[in-house]
Amino acid sequence: MKFLRNILDDLHPQFSEGGKLERLYPLYEALDTFAFTPGEVSTGSTHVRDSMDIKRLMVTVVVSLIPVTMMGMWNTGYQAIKVLSAQSTNSWADVEGWQASVMSLLNLGLDPSNLVSNFIYGALFFLPVYIVTVAVGGGVEFTFCLVRKHEVNEGFLVTSLLFPLTLPATIPLWQVALGIAFGVLFAKEVFGGTGKNFLNVALTSRAFLYFAYPAQLSGDAVWVAVDGHTAATSLGLAAAGGVDAASVGWDILDAFYGLIPGSMGETSVLCALIGALILIGTGTGSWRIMLSVVLGAVATAAFFNAVGSDTNPMFGMSIPWHLCLGGFAFGTVFMATDPVTAAMTNRGKWFYGALIGIMTILIRVVNPAYPEGIMLAILFANLFAPLIDYFVMESNIKRRLKRSAS
Amino acid sequence: MSKVSDALFDPVFKNNPIALQILGICSALAVTTKMETTVIMCIALTLVVGFSSFFVSLIRNSIPSSIRIIVQMTIIASLVIVADQILKAFVYDISKQLSVFVGLIITNCIVMGRAEAYAMKNGPVLSFLDGIGNGLGYSAVLLIVGAIRELFGSGKFFNIPVFKLASDDGWYTGNGLMVSPPSAFLLIGVLIWILRTFQPDQVEEE
Repeated sequence: MKFLRNILDDLHPQFSEGGKLERLYPLYEALDTFAFTPGEVSTGSTHVRDSMDIKRLMVTVVVSLIPVTMMGMWNTGYQAIKVLSAQSTNSWADVEGWQASVMSLLNLGLDPSNLVSNFIYGALFFLPVYIVTVAVGGGVEFTFCLVRKHEVNEGFLVTSLLFPLTLPATIPLWQVALGIAFGVLFAKEVFGGTGKNFLNVALTSRAFLYFAYPAQLSGDAVWVAVDGHTAATSLGLAAAGGVDAASVGWDILDAFYGLIPGSMGETSVLCALIGALILIGTGTGSWRIMLSVVLGAVATAAFFNAVGSDTNPMFGMSIPWHLCLGGFAFGTVFMATDPVTAAMTNRGKWFYGALIGIMTILIRVVNPAYPEGIMLAILFANLFAPLIDYFVMESNIKRRLKRSAS
Repeated sequence: MSKVSDALFDPVFKNNPIALQILGICSALAVTTKMETTVIMCIALTLVVGFSSFFVSLIRNSIPSSIRIIVQMTIIASLVIVADQILKAFVYDISKQLSVFVGLIITNCIVMGRAEAYAMKNGPVLSFLDGIGNGLGYSAVLLIVGAIRELFGSGKFFNIPVFKLASDDGWYTGNGLMVSPPSAFLLIGVLIWILRTFQPDQVEEE
């Protein structure tokens, strides 16, 4: 580490004011603070004594995302290999795509019970998406930081990991690039960069792709990384024929562990729960939001169960299925709790979370055009978060005025 | 002479009705899916603004102030009906695609705004030019938005295929967002951003 410090110290004069590379200072600053804890401490009469800075916050979120990411890579491979071996394909040479060529080069078996094969084949789909996200999104963010002389910070690490996890494995890479560029530009940089965005950046990117290229983001043909294979997501099946159809091929435990087709990172409720424990345990994510999202969803699902419907099978989908299928767990734990776009006040967080839960189930059940609702529900609640905070603060002011008057 | 050219060309970039005054957004979202409809809408609106300003200016000294809005509306509405009938007579298909939005020129804030803000205080010729100028400003924004939306949304320009669509064995995948109206919001936002980068005096003070 001393060695790296020396290199950075040697380079410092080049980037500081008056140096040759003065304009690129944010790049140097980003590298330096990424590798080392910044030496500067606040002076004067500041009162914040907390080691929780933006860097530690963001890295904690990345750590909490590791189980979901690992599971996502494994499941992407598992779903594809399961379908391939069911089609009685026996050798990688018969499979199209460069991923299959790599697999045959590595001499890995084509067998869904082979953990390593599953993981590597899934990683070969996930990693290109991730790399494109980091390169393009990071490029946009970095350009803005250079022009505006902001510091580049770790926030994008989280966005760039969240975004690929919400995409299907078969997504074309140019769409990934377009999506993340749009999200970073219009959801974040236009409004002033990190901390100023009122919409979740990863979800805005996904929403852009969802509306711009619905053929690659929804439907039956995109969820399993096998050419020409169609497999609806469980929510798609449930919307078409009720939960009985969804349980063909998997039961609720499979859905809980995440052994079902879906977006790369969304399927496993278990891994999302592990992430939730890390987030809540370290105080990074708000338990109020997570709990209120679940409560809102449970209440709404119970309401629809009680009402019932002869024509719409989604009315009868039971509460555990609602909680285990689709991106509900992933969105609740990692997207809804985004501290910048969520409500800030503690009481506001309850309203904000409940709004997400209610809207998610409402969209899932009542709107036949969208089988999944968590993405739109969170973006919708993002818009309302400032308003919720406003009312919470106003009511607090009123309450205190009343108390002091009496 | 400079007054004439100011009235005509100022609204195009310096004082654009959409980009600076943020007026007339509704039809800018609705009709810009294709260049064909966009152009017809631009022509219709430009002529309506021009002539309504002209007629309002002609009788400006005999309009009682208390009912001036009603008088302006009457003139504008009559002109819009004429425009609508002409469109129905000569370009019936496009008129059907534009549907209510030709009629909604009556409520377009640009038309009312120019009549109230300019034509009531200036002579008929200048008012006419001012109206045409504002129509041109409106058209400039609409044509840019329409061109981008048709090109990237459906790979065409004036219905002529430019990018061959993947559905016809081509390489281009149409951007579904560009076909839907909200994309015009984004595009107009970007246009305003670009415009204000080059004309910083348009930036509002905080």
